Amino acid sequence: MAMQTPDDFAARNSSAEIAVEVAGLHKWYGEFHVLRDINLAVARGERIVICGPSGGGKSTLLRCVNRLEDWQRGRVVVDGIELTDDPKQILAVRRNVGMVFQQFNLFPHLTVLENCTLAPIWVRRMPKKQAEELAMRFLARVKIPEQAHKYPARLSGGQQQRVAIARALCMNPNIMLFDEPTSALDPEMVKEVLDTMVGLAADGITMLVVTHEMGFARQVADRVIFMADGQIIEINAPKQFFESPQHERTRLFLQQVLH
Amino acid sequence: MAAIADTPVLYVRTAPAEQLLPPPASSGLIGWLRANLFSSFGNTVLTLACAALILWAVPPLLRFLFIDAVWSGPDREVCLASPAHPEPGACWAFVRVWLSYFIYGFYPIPARWRVDVFFAALAFGIGWLAWLSAPRRDLGAVYVFIVLPVLSVVLLYGFPAIGLPAVPTNLWGGVLVTIVVATVGIVASLPIGILLALGRRSELPAVRWLAIGFIEFVRGVPLITVLFMASVMLPLFVPQQIEPDKLLRALIGVALFASAYMAEVVRGGLAAVPRGQYEAARALALTYWPMMGLVILPQALRVTLPNIVNTFIGLFKDTTLVFVIGIFDFLRTIEAARGDPKWATPVTATTGYAFAALFYFVFCYGMSRYARSVEARLSRSDRR
Ligand SMILES: Nc1ncnc2c1ncn2[C@@H]1O[C@H](COP(=O)(O)OP(=O)(O)OP(=O)(O)O)[C@@H](O)[C@H]1O
Ligand SMILES: [Mg+2]
Repeated sequence: MAMQTPDDFAARNSSAEIAVEVAGLHKWYGEFHVLRDINLAVARGERIVICGPSGGGKSTLLRCVNRLEDWQRGRVVVDGIELTDDPKQILAVRRNVGMVFQQFNLFPHLTVLENCTLAPIWVRRMPKKQAEELAMRFLARVKIPEQAHKYPARLSGGQQQRVAIARALCMNPNIMLFDEPTSALDPEMVKEVLDTMVGLAADGITMLVVTHEMGFARQVADRVIFMADGQIIEINAPKQFFESPQHERTRLFLQQVLH
Repeated sequence: MAAIADTPVLYVRTAPAEQLLPPPASSGLIGWLRANLFSSFGNTVLTLACAALILWAVPPLLRFLFIDAVWSGPDREVCLASPAHPEPGACWAFVRVWLSYFIYGFYPIPARWRVDVFFAALAFGIGWLAWLSAPRRDLGAVYVFIVLPVLSVVLLYGFPAIGLPAVPTNLWGGVLVTIVVATVGIVASLPIGILLALGRRSELPAVRWLAIGFIEFVRGVPLITVLFMASVMLPLFVPQQIEPDKLLRALIGVALFASAYMAEVVRGGLAAVPRGQYEAARALALTYWPMMGLVILPQALRVTLPNIVNTFIGLFKDTTLVFVIGIFDFLRTIEAARGDPKWATPVTATTGYAFAALFYFVFCYGMSRYARSVEARLSRSDRR
């Protein structure tokens, strides 16, 4: 994909149909070129699955979308807000972008409910009672309202990850980022988390999901992205992606993960 | 071996297994003794050696402190060796006579009720905050950190406008000074130490260098030096007319010194919080101070609680050094009193120091026990 011209970019930027726009993105860790000219436009409501070999830069790309990582060249525009060094812009984006991590990253010193109400109360300035009602609604949605007053350490991995999803949802995000949400889970807990995510997809929220769960990709993805060596090697609809991959690298990768 | 051959080997139970009592040797007093004190040859030797040490040291100590001790009397005569009392023990009569000096120093006698009120107000505040399930601990914090300091200054220093005559700090002494110095040091060092620790990890180079420079400089010199500097050098920097109070200078010196140590303790705790916690907080759009205050510091302080209390205990004992700039803390009042010719006996000094040791031990051990109980409670709540 060629780098877009500024005019092209501005036109898309103004369009409300684009949720995430990445243009000519380059990032280096020291000498190491981890992202190399990434260009990607994600439509509102679109579900994107990103897969690829370890070290390919999937997490790094995802973390650029809410500016947990910065970059040296290129632009990222989220919900019409360009991410620059300006903290106001960064916060405005983060308020609308939820993120779920491989290691859950729940706050261990707070109860499940407090984990969920922290950001609504302190970022959205919501009254405590209202935040708690909201949290209980989302905890019910991920099917663990009865755990609300426990501390995270008492929950199973699958339950913790569902709390993490509820915590992100409590900020009422337009976009959700998932970085290998099921990789740290025992096999019997993967399904409960994936089911929760399938439910979210049905709601029409924009999702960017890094995962190796190919069943999930087939079921919910609008497009599947294959990344390796810091580049997007292939973008395709799931059917074509799995049945007739265009690139040799993709074919080799799929052979390894599907058997 | 034979027994095994005789017993039919059954891998699948045919009847439910009953709950049995533990074998006798593993429980009860005998079991405990065997498991803990005599489990091996080396352990047995150690146990016997410790028992010998206790037998050697404790009875004479008890005899000196209690059995042979003299509890009251008008002057040194009662504490001297006599045919009826050949081996004199601790001279508690001396402590009794001098006790009010040990507590108040030269604080004017008609105004000493103000010190008592201060002690009571402080104890009330500490109790409020220390009792974890006390009602309205947020109000307690306001009381301890805002109301109490103002109240203390008004009470102790005086406020002639409302009829409390001023008592200059050179009259303060004893337990009063020790408690004031320790409390100010503890209350000031935690917040300043936290700020220094955060500054040390700051992304702004100027802030970072300032914090590092301060911490390393203060940690690199002994407290005595800091006190001398606070006492001798501070007046050089401020105009002559507003020469700061001597006790105030010592308080500033102690607070800065303790803050530098606290900063390093807190830094250790900050380093123990995983990166994912910062990332999760940032991803939720929390800004720096809420992230630190609500997510990172509560976890960091929790893991360093033992070290924080350790620093407090060290600080409490270090307050004795303020005597080098001529302040009469508790230990210094004992030093002064033991020279009283009216009470000059061979046991006066020993008694005074035993009393001091008891005082410091009660406070330090109390802090240590309290920290242990909080730790136990925190680890329970984490696993609840
Ligand atoms: N903070 C960092 N400093 C230096 N190199 C880093 C850093 N973070 C990641 N990298 C490197 O960047 C590359 C891409 O990392 P990234 O985490 O984005 O890969 P990934 O595709 O998510 O892989 P995985 O499937 O293992 O999670 C890796 O080679 C990694 O070693
Ligand atoms: Mg990754």
